[in-house]
This record gives sequence, structure tokens and C-alpha cells, in this order.
Amino acid sequence: MEAEAAKFIGAGIACIGMGTAGIGLGHIFGNYLAGAIRNPAAADGQFGRLIFGFAVTEALGIFSLLVALILLFG
Amino acid sequence: MATDPIHQFQIQKLIPIEIGGVDFSFTNSALFMALTVAGASAFLILSTRGRGLVPSRWQSAAEMTYEFVAGTLRESAGSEGMRFFPFVFSLFMFILVANLLGMFPYFFTVTSHIIVTAAMAMAVILTVIVYGLWRHKLHFFKLFVPSGVPAVLLPFITLIEILSFISRPISLSIRLFANMLAGHITLKVFAGFVVALSSLGFVGILGAILPLLAAVALTALEFLVAALQAYVFAILTCLYLNDALHPGH
Repeated sequence: MEAEAAKFIGAGIACIGMGTAGIGLGHIFGNYLAGAIRNPAAADGQFGRLIFGFAVTEALGIFSLLVALILLFG
Repeated sequence: MATDPIHQFQIQKLIPIEIGGVDFSFTNSALFMALTVAGASAFLILSTRGRGLVPSRWQSAAEMTYEFVAGTLRESAGSEGMRFFPFVFSLFMFILVANLLGMFPYFFTVTSHIIVTAAMAMAVILTVIVYGLWRHKLHFFKLFVPSGVPAVLLPFITLIEILSFISRPISLSIRLFANMLAGHITLKVFAGFVVALSSLGFVGILGAILPLLAAVALTALEFLVAALQAYVFAILTCLYLNDALHPGH
């Protein structure tokens, strides 16, 4: 296989990681919403924690995006 | 190539300066950093110049940003954390204005370069380490040894805590940089679809409507991301500073 082709395949595989990070983000926001509907009064107080969980989870997806970008353009 | 999505991130030398073999050139990145600082300063100074008891529209906008960051910091690092308020507020305003400035067409996005975000992340982490060691001396290392963990697990937990601490500056800088980079590349790619399709004649122009709508929606999303990433950077800074202030959890 040519090295160039392998690079593109690798970039595609790296993007799977972004999808799985998407699943994680869906869990975070879905559970936040479920909790917020049950107890709307407590929802605003947990917004900071929501964003923290979002940021930490998103970082992993961003890492795989970075791997893909390095393979494509690096 | 005009539609090369990476082209917009190129650094160009505007005023070449070289001192002793080291490149000190004034680049477009430096120009937009200066514009960012000038814009943020102008917004805050001009809007609070009136100092009215009943705030004007601009003054209440400035007060809202102040209260927003102050509330975030107070909530996550306690009232003790307010001594870091100027630091956190400067970071927040710099990233917010830089991100929003980068949304204008043909403008350079300062935060899409990892060296800029890495420098800010290192400033945060060095502040945490230096202040934590100065304030708590060796007790700062309690940060890596959580209490109430079984003795068998403690070495592993400590290892994981140290690894997570080391990855903080990396994830902090890469998150901001990669978000801005990926967002701008996506915008450019969708805009490129519009140009490429509309050059194909009437059918192409009809087909170009869809990516054009997507580009408009993505622009709105990018404005959200620009503000959100500034907030994420600020809140993570607050949480890390909280570790320096209260390392024992």
C-alpha cells in the first residue's frame, strides 16, 4: 500500500474516536437534561459541572481530530 | 489555491524585524493579538467611563461579563480564589475577543495556533504549581494522594492523578486550538462547496443552496463555540486554581 493512501485511511480511522466522544457527550447532556426536567430548580447550579464534564469528554474527541489533522496536513 | 482550507492560518510577516539572528517580525498574528487587546480594553474602558448608578447599555454589558467571570470563579474556587480574578478575567476576555474577531472573513484567528494557546495553558499551570508550592509547601502534593483510598489502590490512584495533572496543560491548549482550527476549516470547506458548485451552471447554483445554508448555520454555531470555548478555558482555569488553593480536596 502506498504511504499516502495509508495516511488517509489512518485519518478516517482516527475519526471513529470523534464519534465515540460524541456518544459520551450525548450521555452527559442527556443525563443533565433528564435531571433538569425532574428538578428544574437545581439545574442552573450544576451548569458549571455540565460544562466541565463536556470539556473533559470533548478533549478526547479533539485529540483524535488532531491525529486526523496531523495525518492529513502534517 | 484559493479554496485551500489551511491557507487562512498562514503566518505572514508584516514588518520583518531580526535582532541577533532571532526572528522578531511583526506578523499578522501579532497584529491581531494587539487588535484583540485593544478591542477588549476599549470595550471595558469606554463602557465603564460613565460609571452611572443606573448603568447604560454598554456599562451593563461590561458589568455582566465581570459578574459572569467573578461568579464562576467564586463558585469553583471560593472567595479566596478572587485574588486570581484579574488573571482569569484577562484570559477570558482575551480568548473571547480573539475568537470573535477571528469570525470575521479574512481575519486571522489568533487562538487557532497551538503556540498561543499552549503559552496561555502553561501560564495557568505554572501559576497553579508556583502558587500551590508557595502557599502549601509540600502539602501541595496531597493533590496527587487523595484521602480515603484503600492502601492497595493508592499507588495506582497516585499515578493516575499525576498523569491527569500532566495532561492538563496539553488538553487545555489543544482543546481551544483544535476547536478553532476545526471550526474554521469546516466553514471554509462548506464555503468552498458553494463556489465549486455554483461554477457548474444553473443546476450547480440550485445545488449550491444547501451548502450555503449549512455555511450560514455553521457560522452561527461557530459563534457559539467561540464564546463557549472562552468560558470552558476560564472555568477550567478556575478549577485548576482551586487545586492550588485547596489541594487536600
